[in-house]
Amino acid sequence: MIHVDTYEKWWIAISVAVVAIFFATITISSAAMGYQLPYSAQLVNPNTVATTGTFAEPGLRELAPGKYEAVIRAGAKPWVFTPNELKVPVGSQVTFIVTSQDVQHGFLVENTNVNAMLLPGRVTTLTHTFNTPGTYHYLCTEYCGLGHQYMFGTITVE
Amino acid sequence: MLASEKRLVGWHMVVAIVALFVGSLFGPMQGLEHAGVDMYTPLQDAGLLQSYYQGLSLHGVLNALIWTTFFITGFLTLVTVNSLQTPIRFPWLSWAAFGTMVVGLLVAAVPLLLNQASVLYTFYPPMQAPWYYYLGLVVFVVGSWMTGWSLIATYMKWHGENKGKTAPLLALASIITVVLWQVCTLGVAVEILALIMPWTLNILPGIDSELARTFFWFTGHPLVYFWLLPAYISWYGMMPKQVGGKLFSMPLAYLAFWLFLVLSTPVGFHHQYVDPGVPDFWKWAHALLTYGVFFPSLLTAFNVIASLEIGGRANGGKGVLGWIPKLPWGNPSVAAQLLAMIVFAFGGIGGLINASYNVNLVVHNTAWVPGHFHTTVGTGVTLTFMGILYWMVPYLTGRKLWNPRLAVAQAWTWAIGVVVFSTAMHRLGLLGAPRRTMLGAAIEAYGSNDWRIWTILTATGGIIMFVALVMFIAVVVMTAFRSKERVEVQMPVAEAYEQPLAIPAWLSNWRPWLAATIVLVLLSYGPILVQMIANVQLVSPGFRVW
Repeated sequence: MIHVDTYEKWWIAISVAVVAIFFATITISSAAMGYQLPYSAQLVNPNTVATTGTFAEPGLRELAPGKYEAVIRAGAKPWVFTPNELKVPVGSQVTFIVTSQDVQHGFLVENTNVNAMLLPGRVTTLTHTFNTPGTYHYLCTEYCGLGHQYMFGTITVE
Repeated sequence: MLASEKRLVGWHMVVAIVALFVGSLFGPMQGLEHAGVDMYTPLQDAGLLQSYYQGLSLHGVLNALIWTTFFITGFLTLVTVNSLQTPIRFPWLSWAAFGTMVVGLLVAAVPLLLNQASVLYTFYPPMQAPWYYYLGLVVFVVGSWMTGWSLIATYMKWHGENKGKTAPLLALASIITVVLWQVCTLGVAVEILALIMPWTLNILPGIDSELARTFFWFTGHPLVYFWLLPAYISWYGMMPKQVGGKLFSMPLAYLAFWLFLVLSTPVGFHHQYVDPGVPDFWKWAHALLTYGVFFPSLLTAFNVIASLEIGGRANGGKGVLGWIPKLPWGNPSVAAQLLAMIVFAFGGIGGLINASYNVNLVVHNTAWVPGHFHTTVGTGVTLTFMGILYWMVPYLTGRKLWNPRLAVAQAWTWAIGVVVFSTAMHRLGLLGAPRRTMLGAAIEAYGSNDWRIWTILTATGGIIMFVALVMFIAVVVMTAFRSKERVEVQMPVAEAYEQPLAIPAWLSNWRPWLAATIVLVLLSYGPILVQMIANVQLVSPGFRVW
């Protein structure tokens, strides 16, 4: 074995402990507390997504009292989310179901943990409960062409 | 080192520094755009630049890929030859490698300059540039491989002549770095050769952007370590000598480099935490391995700081922190690298946040991310490389460094600039500002007024960094062409603190570490890649959206 200085042994032990605690924390927060990453096995055809299937009729649907599903399509040229305006009551739980009809886009809802990639052919799903009234923008966070900086929508929570 | 070898390394540095300068021209313009000052319209009118995003593509490619790779291939050649005291085994291969990289760069530069490849340095499909843009990138990477082959051949020759000897840290770490590069660039090679090129040539009906991203990030994260390990080579193997200290623990330095080889590649999904098409288990497994690669970084922090402390105390430093002011801060090479380390420490902490699985939801693709990587590759690496050049240019040219005080001021100016810039960008990210976006225009469309103060600081920091860059260029150009005084400079080589030094066999034997590298890559990528390829969706046509 190699010689390791006493202080360095302590440093290594503390480093390993800190990293282990961090990792346990994120694992628990994800497995037990609902802070989950977006994954969906669902595949769609990006070339026909605007005309057939769920994404042909995007918009907000109430599934149960206080529970909503927001189906949104992202596209470039023109750079828009369809729809780009949503309105829900305070306390609503909204599941965002989003896809891209062309290039890669991003989807971030301000002041929430809703933040994910939108890829053509894939469906991105994330849920958030809006407990504070106000206006929340959702915006594209991945470079998608010349009009990227104008690509956004608005959620009104009242 | 032979005069012809110095010439070879010198040409690498010329291309690297020109790329850094041209790429950095766009930095202040981007910052000013965020602050609401448009520099692009006049350039569009003059026909020089078509858009913000063309400029951003040039900024990313020239600074993150070209400056780094030319510096690194040249620097590792210098380090290997000097450390082994062995001339390059096949000089023609090293020259051919340099030529190949230049050809690749020129081929890729044409569509970039013609606004046909404004796809940023990640070139995510289904955005589509012309096929020869991707070909240029492949040729460039192959050139960098050839430098690696030349260094490996030189190392093997030394090994044959020095049976049973442990290679010096500097040489072994250099070879580990080029081997890491060979392993990890397979991802982007497959992405371009098997997916993107056939798709641009209409041989494939479409492309699967999730699969392409996965191959990209197979290379994309170890790329970070390809940038960082040469800086670590200097911090471990040279800095202790430059500050009058010794390398505190030589064996643990060997261990850290081996661990970087093993752990750098199987972590790519931490760039894809919020991708819809990667199952959670794989993201979680890569998060665990990313935490694993944090371990050699922590080893490095202790070992490098302890080595510096030995120097500071040898210079008369007393007390817990009294050794720090006793370090040779007046030596520009040392000052630049010490400041790079300090800024990089914050980059490391930010990196741990980014890598923390669901915490990534808070920062993913926000302005936080470029804020982060300007503290890592933009300073931890770049300011270290500048510091290295402050002894390397005199070493290569035989001319004394021109105006060392200006060089010291340059390092401080850069550090101050990046602290202002990166603090502002991190704040913007936490406020929800997206990255890779014309934030000035976005504020008008949907952004918050809370962003404005930070965008002004982004511009301020960016401009300060650019001033520091001009100071750097002035020092190296004046040294190379105007400095009159001749000097004989040696490459600094740190000695081990521990004497007698014994490096155990398991720290100089490639087999277990290479085997572990391959096994971990297969375990962490094999099953999920098989699954993704079996379900491949070759559906997306190419888009030109710029």
